[in-house]
Amino acid sequence: MIYFDNSATTKPHDEVLHTFLEVNKNYFANPASIHAFGVEVNELLEAARNQIAHIIKTKPEHVLFTSGGTESNNFAIFGVAKENKHIGKHIITTEIEHASVLEAYKTLEKDGYEVEYLSVDNKGVISIDELRRKLRKDTILVSMMHVNNEMGAIQPIEEAAKIIHQHSRAIFHVDAVQSFGKLEVQFNGDAGPDILTISGHKIHGIKGTGIIAFQRKLNIAPLIVGGGQEFGLRSGTVPVPQAVALAKACRIATEHLQENYAKFTKWRDHLMDFFNTFGDHIYLLSTKEGAPHILSFSVRDLKGEVIINALQKRGVIVSTSSACSSKQKKTSHVVEALNVDSHFKEGVIRISFGAKNTEKEIEQFKEIFKEVMKELKGV
Amino acid sequence: MQTFYLDHAATSPVHPEVINSMTEVMARVYGNPSSIHAAGRSARKILDEARSILAQSIGAKDTEIILTSGGTEADNTAIFGVAQALKSKGKHIITTSVEHHAVLHACEQLEKAGFEVTYLPVNENGRISVESVKNALRADTILVTIMYGNNEVGTIQPIKEIGELLKDHQAIFHTDAVQAYGLEKIDINELHVDLLSVSSHKINGPKGIGFLYQREKTPLVATFYGGSQERKRRAGTENVHAAVGFAKAVEISQREMEKRQETYLQFRTIFLNVLNREQITYKVNGDHEYFLKHILNISFPGMDVESFLVNLDMDGVYASSGSACTAGSIDPSHVLVAMFGKGASELRNSIRFSFGLGLTKEDVEIAAERTAKIVKRMTNS
Repeated sequence: MIYFDNSATTKPHDEVLHTFLEVNKNYFANPASIHAFGVEVNELLEAARNQIAHIIKTKPEHVLFTSGGTESNNFAIFGVAKENKHIGKHIITTEIEHASVLEAYKTLEKDGYEVEYLSVDNKGVISIDELRRKLRKDTILVSMMHVNNEMGAIQPIEEAAKIIHQHSRAIFHVDAVQSFGKLEVQFNGDAGPDILTISGHKIHGIKGTGIIAFQRKLNIAPLIVGGGQEFGLRSGTVPVPQAVALAKACRIATEHLQENYAKFTKWRDHLMDFFNTFGDHIYLLSTKEGAPHILSFSVRDLKGEVIINALQKRGVIVSTSSACSSKQKKTSHVVEALNVDSHFKEGVIRISFGAKNTEKEIEQFKEIFKEVMKELKGV
Repeated sequence: MQTFYLDHAATSPVHPEVINSMTEVMARVYGNPSSIHAAGRSARKILDEARSILAQSIGAKDTEIILTSGGTEADNTAIFGVAQALKSKGKHIITTSVEHHAVLHACEQLEKAGFEVTYLPVNENGRISVESVKNALRADTILVTIMYGNNEVGTIQPIKEIGELLKDHQAIFHTDAVQAYGLEKIDINELHVDLLSVSSHKINGPKGIGFLYQREKTPLVATFYGGSQERKRRAGTENVHAAVGFAKAVEISQREMEKRQETYLQFRTIFLNVLNREQITYKVNGDHEYFLKHILNISFPGMDVESFLVNLDMDGVYASSGSACTAGSIDPSHVLVAMFGKGASELRNSIRFSFGLGLTKEDVEIAAERTAKIVKRMTNS
């Protein structure tokens, strides 16, 4: 099987699984317990926190463990909105965010917040000018994904951060779920985000793990209350095996970042050239300026599912858009925002690479795809 | 030095069979259950099977189980979810003064948002009366949230009777069964509860997963928004391997429930017999008829909990002063305050011992002996 759906989820690294199981077996105590065993387990937790803080360049007390990317995004949005509503109720985001951001904002709109959505160009990138124009005195939050999960567009985070911090008091939340481990993701004073959200299972970590991290201490209300774990901001017994496994996945991803980046870029560019040989039959949604692990394309007048099934029969796993909404039949909001030609709206396919893919699979894919095109389009 | 873990109510060791089931599934299945391709579908199938086991354990339907990141999230979802959904029908909530903080702090937050919360008192044994629930009920009560068994002293509340009482009232009935699940037989239809919270790591499953049982049609607003997972009631990629481990732990705990109850009752007797034999003065906190078998909370007159715990720790006996979540700071337990009043000596001299997987009679005997020795040394008796 050729698994090209790494943006939906990834196969965990063996070392990560091993770590997870070892901690489960040998360090099961509750890190909040004050006995020696609890203290020992808490040390493991803090070591994991330190490692991650080091990678993203913030203080350990600004790194909180969550149950995943969705919780982290919800936490950032609801937490900041709630705690800063005395300053204002104006929020800016983009049209192409992940559902865990957009759905949270829909809820806030019902609660009387005013949310504005930045448009994107046909490459999926926002305009800094539009951002500048939309920023107001009462803007309390800007949410922006670093890398789009459906087609890989990279947003100009640094420029956006500078504008936001210069022109407003807004907190800048960057959803780095698709970028962490693939691009440099870290805090950088006023030239970077105030909040970063990260998920474990997208970087060959395990499911049910995530992080929300802060550049500095900021006004944010907890989403989950109770025992007061995680500096009082995220209650619930901290799953230490998951935390340690996540730190390991983060470390491995960071260590292999350059190597994977080069590899993915080569494959992406190569496949783009390959798709271009089909001329008018294929439209590329991704560009060479995007993140190299995601390549979205569409086949003229075909439904995505038809292509997926044809590929799957031959052992290639790809997806239509994001897994979270892949069961829904309607056109993805990202495809809508990109103004894709109507002939190509329904046939969007996402290929996403992971650390475990090989060059040989790229070549195999090309042969298989040629077969599929012959079968479905007669070309 | 041999150490003895008597803090199973804080968290419990993961059962080897649970580890095996997770190892197996992690090596084989890694798709996203929401993906429509084969890798996704095989993950979905495994998740569905796990959900089914969870549902069956309490007599629920598969669709009534919402997987969460743990007991705290389940409690929060129940409380915030009902409050949001029913605020037009009323803003009154009933709970008890001995709930877990996941419930209490959620209620406190709702108070700040304009809800009115009645905290029912408990008797010296930590039990509320059905009568007090009845008296507190109002036409605008929308939620009654009462824990099944207390995490600090083990007292079991009259859930079934309260369920009966609420049958004809609009109020939604939620019970936090985190400490009781797996040790007590729970049937949601017998109890007449609408919502019930469960955590995996208290029953030898993995941490970071739990579930909220939601009776069909019970109004509930979601806490997490995003993808359409968990029938739109809880967004976020499903935690497949943890769900599988959780289901395995549930299978084992359901199978071995009676045996475990018997074993823990024996452990209690052994522990207390040692204290008797050593002529230690003590008092068991909690109810002597309605209690969770694995929790033994003892007050030792003349002792001080902080130095007591340090000494127990040095002698390799891992116990607790109350719930682990608040153990970091040794504030007096709100449960003991509710039972004995502010300033009572029990607040300063009570220790919770809790039993679980892997402990033997011999272990309990030695741990009790070490405890007795410390008490003697520290009280010079």
